[in-house]
Amino acid sequence: MQRLLCGLAGCALALLGVEAANAQDAVKIGLIMPYSGQFADTAAQMDNGIKLYMKQHGDTVAGAKIELVRKDTGGIAPDLAKRLAQEAIVRDHADILAGFVLTPNALAAADVSAEAKKFMVVMNAATSIITTKSPYLARTSLTTPQLNYTLGTWAAKNGIRKIYTMVSDYGPGIDAETWFQKGFKDAGGEIVGSVRFPVANPDFSAFVQRAKDSNPDAIYVWVPGGAQPAAVGKALAERGIDASRTKVLGQDALTAESALKSMGDQALGIIMVANYDYNLDSPTNKDFVKAYNDEFHRNPDFFSVGGYDGMHLVYAALQKAGGKTDGDSLIAAAKGMAWESPRGPMSIDPETRDVVQTVHIFKVEKVGGELRNVEIDKVPNVKDPGHKTN
Amino acid sequence: MTTATIAGPHDALQTQARWQWAEIAFWLATLLPFILAPDYLLLASQVAIAALFVLSLDLILGFAGIVSLGHAAYFGLGAYTAGIVSKWGWGEPLTGLLIAGLVAGAFGYLTSFIVARFRHLPLIMITLGIGLLLQEAANSASWLTGGFDGLQGIHTWPIAGKFHFDLYGYTAYGYALAVLFLIFLGARRLTLSPFGLALRGIRDNGERMRAIGAPTRSHIRTIYTIAGMIAGIAGAVLAQTTETVSLEVLGFQRSADVLVMLILGGAGRLYGGLLGAIVYMVARDRFSGLNPQYWYFWIGLLLIAVVLVLPNGLFGGLSLLTRRTKAAS
Amino acid sequence: MPPAFGVLFDGIAYGMLLFLLSVGLSVTLGMMNFVNLAHCSFAMLGGYVTVTLMNFFGWPFFATLPAAFIVAAAASVVLERSIFRRFYHASDLDQCLLTIGVVFVSIAAAAYIYGTDEQPVQLPDFLRGSINFAGLNFAVYRLFLIAVALVITILLVAALEMTRFGAQVRAAVNNQRMARGLGIDVDTLFAVTFALGSGLAGLGGALAIAMVGLDPSFAFTYLIYVLIVVSVGGLGSIAGSFAAAMLLGVSDIAGKYYVPAIGSFLIYLVMMVLIMARPTGIFGRRQA
Repeated sequence: MQRLLCGLAGCALALLGVEAANAQDAVKIGLIMPYSGQFADTAAQMDNGIKLYMKQHGDTVAGAKIELVRKDTGGIAPDLAKRLAQEAIVRDHADILAGFVLTPNALAAADVSAEAKKFMVVMNAATSIITTKSPYLARTSLTTPQLNYTLGTWAAKNGIRKIYTMVSDYGPGIDAETWFQKGFKDAGGEIVGSVRFPVANPDFSAFVQRAKDSNPDAIYVWVPGGAQPAAVGKALAERGIDASRTKVLGQDALTAESALKSMGDQALGIIMVANYDYNLDSPTNKDFVKAYNDEFHRNPDFFSVGGYDGMHLVYAALQKAGGKTDGDSLIAAAKGMAWESPRGPMSIDPETRDVVQTVHIFKVEKVGGELRNVEIDKVPNVKDPGHKTN
Repeated sequence: MTTATIAGPHDALQTQARWQWAEIAFWLATLLPFILAPDYLLLASQVAIAALFVLSLDLILGFAGIVSLGHAAYFGLGAYTAGIVSKWGWGEPLTGLLIAGLVAGAFGYLTSFIVARFRHLPLIMITLGIGLLLQEAANSASWLTGGFDGLQGIHTWPIAGKFHFDLYGYTAYGYALAVLFLIFLGARRLTLSPFGLALRGIRDNGERMRAIGAPTRSHIRTIYTIAGMIAGIAGAVLAQTTETVSLEVLGFQRSADVLVMLILGGAGRLYGGLLGAIVYMVARDRFSGLNPQYWYFWIGLLLIAVVLVLPNGLFGGLSLLTRRTKAAS
Repeated sequence: MPPAFGVLFDGIAYGMLLFLLSVGLSVTLGMMNFVNLAHCSFAMLGGYVTVTLMNFFGWPFFATLPAAFIVAAAASVVLERSIFRRFYHASDLDQCLLTIGVVFVSIAAAAYIYGTDEQPVQLPDFLRGSINFAGLNFAVYRLFLIAVALVITILLVAALEMTRFGAQVRAAVNNQRMARGLGIDVDTLFAVTFALGSGLAGLGGALAIAMVGLDPSFAFTYLIYVLIVVSVGGLGSIAGSFAAAMLLGVSDIAGKYYVPAIGSFLIYLVMMVLIMARPTGIFGRRQA
């Protein structure tokens, strides 16, 4: 029986080998993202960033044509993500795996990257341990500790002494809470209380009231993107928390464009930490935002820039590796790569293969009658502090 | 179900228990992917796992009339058990499978006491509640389950020390298929036994069964425990072949998917569930490949079309077709 | 006033929203035993009607509410006449599959037309902010929501108890065969009730945007809550839906305020305990 299986396997491999010989001139990238389901908008933005990069820089690198093979995970589905990654490599002959909005999917696909020795670029998923799962993996997005530790430190150093934290009770939220509190306490601040809300929580008033009861200088909130940021913002205002007096701090999704529109003037004064916002004032970013709007008629967000910079890494690595597509060459080329992105200067840490970038602090202000995130501070060259403990 | 002359229930059962050529052809056809579609073995292994999961739901829904919106609880429990056992150092797949089955079966046994006491909407809501509660518990116990990120560190040892789980999926499909077939044999035997007849009686008219003295509650508890165990085994195979487990194995989406697959194929026929699993999983894969963003739309249309045209599911439609061709010839 | 009152007020507002979303399903399930899992798709439709009218046609918020009701009701009539009515005597499972198919199609269509992003809605200024009373803050929008829901509840109860139509509905819910036997045109009655229930769901969806947000997954997410309200309250009972919605809204909020650690478990535990204690629901009379 085993011989029969081996025979079959051998035949199949031989067939595959014949096919592979003809596919030398194209470099295929397996794009694995949640194109459908509740995270579809994030995938759309990331895909737009990728498309824009390819439009601006052409689809040929180091003599080979870049082809994208798109695969939908539909949401959190690590078994599916793993299968799609395997199929991309085995069936579609992809040399590179990219995309990955969600951490469980990225972790599952990283196993495939490690086993098949293929270069993998994570363009959004933000948990620290992802880069440790495969030696061929690089990340161009952000990590939760990177942003939140920085925000915590900044908050303590900028006049906030007592803070109450509220986060969603699941991986990324707990991660954010841990690192924010660490940054805040390390810089001398005091946590007066904390609470975690259920993941799919429609009503925040009870939690906001608890925050109010403990009389903090500021409130730190972490919720996933979608409906919750606006709901939290409104709950804060409805329970009488004035964001311009009791400071409200949060991470990127809290003041995303759609959230700001829903919250209205109640959002004024919210302080937010992010690696990117379309309002950043730099020539590189202004060009990027204009090109993005011309092409897609909407503003880019940090998902878009994760995809855009991810493609840049792919192109630059291929260029540096002289067109070689095996995992070892590409990851060696990617390590230490540095460039100017719309978000500011960024690089890939040669030791951890993770992103090193400027962390920006924003405040919601009214600019020309519209609510916008205006940059009020920044911390350059931030590495992922989460790696120190790994 | 056509039977010519009924010379007594035991004879009827014996007639049905004989293997028809269509069944044999079906099981031989499941070996075809090895030769004809080696690129699709990973998909095939997940179809086999789904088929096993649907089989377990068929036993309680199709045969005993218990509608469950939370059957993924047992699937997920089996998956996490197998994953945790592997993570803690024991990666042998077959024993891991048994342990997962026992744990899921035990939980099935405990919950069967509640389940057996209710019918209709209250039962649906209770099963839904069980599934949702278990998922919340798994999220909270992230020290055990890995929480949102999923369980890390699962490594499945090669089967019998020789068949290692490869990138192409040969071992995965072989393993999943073998488990499916063996359990199917058991399920087939069970449903074509007096116990199986009793279950169908309970499904069709529980009061009458009680009136003739059948221990309905005990029967329901038995089949529910068995179904829980099988669902757990399916979950374990998933965990072992993909080496990933995350919270969605316990989720409402999975419970809803398996219900859809069963109704699509036709409940109460065993093969209906298998057919439903194959059609749904393959259609989903194809539609999603063609149109990553809106494949939901086509699946929805498929479901509506099937219900409008084939009231007994795909399998019902198939058997109607074969009956018509037989009558015509 | 202790802060708990402010929190409970918010819980009641949330409960009122759940009531509006659920009452239609409770009555139609109780009357015709038709498992309409696409009920929240009508709610979602109502929400998107409001979004479209406000953001694309510049309608004022209040004007969109009756529009949401009418469009959702009309859509339900179309679906009911064309497809649903063939399934009144089909098995529960077939009804489930059919309506799940409708949900899938509706979610995909919404994603296609509107994208999967959150839909922002600008409420008129006087509905924003909160009123300060006895040291507590009461959100104006939630007051509005409670007011609307109470008015609708009174209208429904009045219609049910004091009109001929209402009497016929009660009869059909109680004993359909008998009602038919007495010459009541149950089919038309059901069509009207179904339209009414779906319309209310559409209104609920429109009102929900400013409180819990709207995106294509609304149809599935709120289905679970609606099923919980309907099963706890009892099929075919408006009072039951009201009581269940209040109970669930308040216990959810109170649980989260006093014991946040079990916040997410509480609503499911409460549901299971209540259903096990009273399987036909708080005010239900019939088995499903």
